[in-house]
Amino acid sequence: MFNQRIMKKNVLFIASIVATLVLSACSNDDDNTPEEVNEEEVITTLILTLTPEGGGPTVTFQSQDLDGDGPGAPVLTVTGQLEANTTYTSTIGFLNETEDPAENITLEVIEEADEHQVFYIAGGALNLTSTYLDGDGDGNPLGVLMGFETGDASLGNLTVVLRHEPNKPNDGTLADAGGETDIEAVFTGVSIQ
Amino acid sequence: MNKLLFTAGLCLCTLCAIAQDCQLVLSGSVIDSHENTALSGATLSIVGTAQIAYTDLDGRFSFADLCPAIYTLEIQHPECKTERFEINLRKDTDRTLFMEHHLEALNEVLITGRSFKTQSETQLNNTLELAEIEKYSSGSLGDVLNTLSGVSSLNTGNTVVKPVINGLHSSRVSIINNGVRLQDQEWGAEHAPNIDINSAGQITVLKGASTLQYSGNAVGGVIIAEPRRVLLTDTLYGKTILTGATNGRGGSITSELFKGYESGWYGAIQGTAKRFGDFEAPDYVLSNTGIEEGDFSLRLGKNTINSGFEAYMSYFQTTIGILRASHLGGASDQVAAIGSDRPLIIEDFTYDILVPRQEVKHLTGRLSYFKQFENLGKLSLQYDVQWNQRFEFDVRRGDNRNRAAVDLELTTHNFVASLESKLTDDFGINTGLNWIYQENVADPSTGVRRLIPDYEQYTLGAFAIADWKVSDRLLFEAGIRFDYTLMDVFKFYRNSFWEGRGYDEEFADIVIEETGTQVLVNPELEFNNWAATAGLNYKIDDSYRLYFNYALATRAPNASELFSEGLHHSASRIELGDLRFNSEVANRISVSLEKQGERFSFTAAPFVNWIEDFILIEPTGVQQTIRGNFQVWEYRQTAALLTGVDLDANYQFNQNWSTRAQFSLVKGYDQTRDLPLINMPPASLNNAIRFNKPEWFNFQTGIESQYVFRQNEFPDNNFTVFVPETDQNELVDVSTPPDAYQLWNWDASATFKINEKSDLQLGLQITNLFNTSYRNYLNRLRYYADDLGRNVRLNLKINY
Repeated sequence: MFNQRIMKKNVLFIASIVATLVLSACSNDDDNTPEEVNEEEVITTLILTLTPEGGGPTVTFQSQDLDGDGPGAPVLTVTGQLEANTTYTSTIGFLNETEDPAENITLEVIEEADEHQVFYIAGGALNLTSTYLDGDGDGNPLGVLMGFETGDASLGNLTVVLRHEPNKPNDGTLADAGGETDIEAVFTGVSIQ
Repeated sequence: MNKLLFTAGLCLCTLCAIAQDCQLVLSGSVIDSHENTALSGATLSIVGTAQIAYTDLDGRFSFADLCPAIYTLEIQHPECKTERFEINLRKDTDRTLFMEHHLEALNEVLITGRSFKTQSETQLNNTLELAEIEKYSSGSLGDVLNTLSGVSSLNTGNTVVKPVINGLHSSRVSIINNGVRLQDQEWGAEHAPNIDINSAGQITVLKGASTLQYSGNAVGGVIIAEPRRVLLTDTLYGKTILTGATNGRGGSITSELFKGYESGWYGAIQGTAKRFGDFEAPDYVLSNTGIEEGDFSLRLGKNTINSGFEAYMSYFQTTIGILRASHLGGASDQVAAIGSDRPLIIEDFTYDILVPRQEVKHLTGRLSYFKQFENLGKLSLQYDVQWNQRFEFDVRRGDNRNRAAVDLELTTHNFVASLESKLTDDFGINTGLNWIYQENVADPSTGVRRLIPDYEQYTLGAFAIADWKVSDRLLFEAGIRFDYTLMDVFKFYRNSFWEGRGYDEEFADIVIEETGTQVLVNPELEFNNWAATAGLNYKIDDSYRLYFNYALATRAPNASELFSEGLHHSASRIELGDLRFNSEVANRISVSLEKQGERFSFTAAPFVNWIEDFILIEPTGVQQTIRGNFQVWEYRQTAALLTGVDLDANYQFNQNWSTRAQFSLVKGYDQTRDLPLINMPPASLNNAIRFNKPEWFNFQTGIESQYVFRQNEFPDNNFTVFVPETDQNELVDVSTPPDAYQLWNWDASATFKINEKSDLQLGLQITNLFNTSYRNYLNRLRYYADDLGRNVRLNLKINY
């Protein structure tokens, strides 16, 4: 009686193994290649456009890194020339160009304005000051729309940083803002003439 | 009563004598069915008579002058359960009767099996017993193992705790839970083993690979968690442990109920629930470090001497918060975070677990069966299946906010058949076959490129382990194992990486699709791996014993080492694997001297482990991305040497007072580059004084000091990065180990009887008694925050 029961268990047991083997063999279907994943959150491109007040040629700063965190380095380009003692207004755009058509991430940044802030830092001897022209719902600066004022002719760096979840309000420095860097572009050799 | 029986028997006999010619002989032998050897010293009595016989050294017995009748023969033996046999005696009869010998040993048969089933006889086993495990009821496997010498842990905060054995961890340590080798994405440094420690009755650590029946790739060692033993008696018992702790302001509850029958049937049910909010360092809240866990397991089986089976299932699920301040952008964020002596994000205490967090589910099912064959040995069959689902949630933007960034599903089927044969009294052999099928599926809907690619892995293994007892003092053990592994992988590479590495030329034939920015490849990797072990165990005299063990282990590279190629958010660095890696091969020699004296006992266990093609990850540069600069860490193969010693000593002053000391040291070097290995545990020294007084409700108390030295040998992986605000390059110090620290712990417990069957144990433990601020070299979050402050834990255990 007992042996029979054990026997039965045995048969069930072996059957379950066979079933597993067969099932796994069936699922081993090489035609099912996995789906491609493109980074959805990656920002590949930053475009900062400065327009002089009262008209004139615009100045564009662009950083483009099409492979995201892949080995390719971002390509930084500056087109146009900053004029001395001039007032500019600027807009900034963030794109994910791995998607077709490119996704405009700026809209997300504006939508979640309270969780983002763009910082503009003039380094070296660059004679450039900036003013925030926009804000989030709490009246803290966002940095998509900016005002810039150039001083005398000079040479230096312009760094643009987009921070996610910074402390708000902050004193305008990256150190006080904290949060995570979503974009950091350092334009070197920027000149004001 | 006996007298009555005696009288009745006499009457019966007299009746027989009158009625018939009573001259029949019943003879035979009694055999121990477990070992198939003669059982001497058994008492045989014919029920209802006064006739008694004893078995001789050959297990023989004989009754004379019996009448033709149906007799009930009762056999008693001190080490056996009393058995009755019915015999219809018509003529002189010689019968062989089987007894289930080793009632005590029997309890282990199904669960732990013979010694070489779970343990190594030629290696010092470090074992944690139930009482010690129960103390850590609300903690993790890594926490409890930390108490053993030579075992440390690699932590991510204080809830993700990975055991490190003599400096090695992750894929190099096999964890066997209830006979099932845990397959839970164990390659990741921030992946804790998915085990509820409350389901274990005993945990054994084997330093080095000497349990070839489970795996041949445990370069670092093996951890074996076993459930409580099954008793073959009619029994119903259970326990409940309640723990409350101040740090994390939470607690846990675990309960277990066991029912056993004399017939061998048994069933057990066990469950645990755990909930903690943010933990606290001495000076601040560690925001988003809460944990929630819920597990249960069921066992049902029948166990007898000759055969047995068990069905087992367990479910484990946990949600673990990761320190919010540890989630960073690029290297300039690292400069700020490392430079600050407090975490950059500190919120008020909460039970909420936000992002970053991990959500893991692990389901295990197991069927096992064994049968003893008289001339063959014990045949064991086991099939187990595991399903592991891992989600990692990151700090994300917009619509992706609530989507997991990592979504991996790992399914493993495992089948083992083994045969344990005792060829002679002193020579036994265990041979077996092992088949494993594993499938990893990475869900593409995360919107993040796969961390681990989709793959299927087939492994076929065969092993043989022999042990030879040369004399009462000397025992040899040797084993060999071969594994064939085939990994069938589908992986998308970025074009820039695929070409940059030269893969486009070397592996052009495995490309199956080009999508423009990425290329889909189908590598089929094969590994032929050998493992072997040989050792001896020599009893020098009554108190000294010497163990010697050599182990060869071969480990195929894991999916992370082969296929990583992108940003690892939780480490804030870019990690690159290499498709061309081959298996790493470890040769480990360990010698242990053990003294078990009346008052003084100690063990000294030095070891050396040479690992060829050791896979390590190291920084190779800084990569610019639009998100800023990230340090690039690349996997590389090298020759590594690990050596060290573990010392344990105990001294019993008198019945009440004792003291204990533990010292562990490990040194690891990259021999090719002549550099120290990263993340080697610093030397540590633990001392404790304990007092116990059984008369005072089994009162026990002890004070313990943990001294952890500073790690002075480390590779310099620091780098510089441009910080726009200071307008200069700044050093990112990711290498310098934290200072030495000393922690004090205190605990006390007492047990009170509630009634005949139940007792209540109360325990109080205070860890980090003086609320010392410290950072641990092996905590991956040490850059950002201090470790845990004082914790007061109250344990309440009821046995019933």
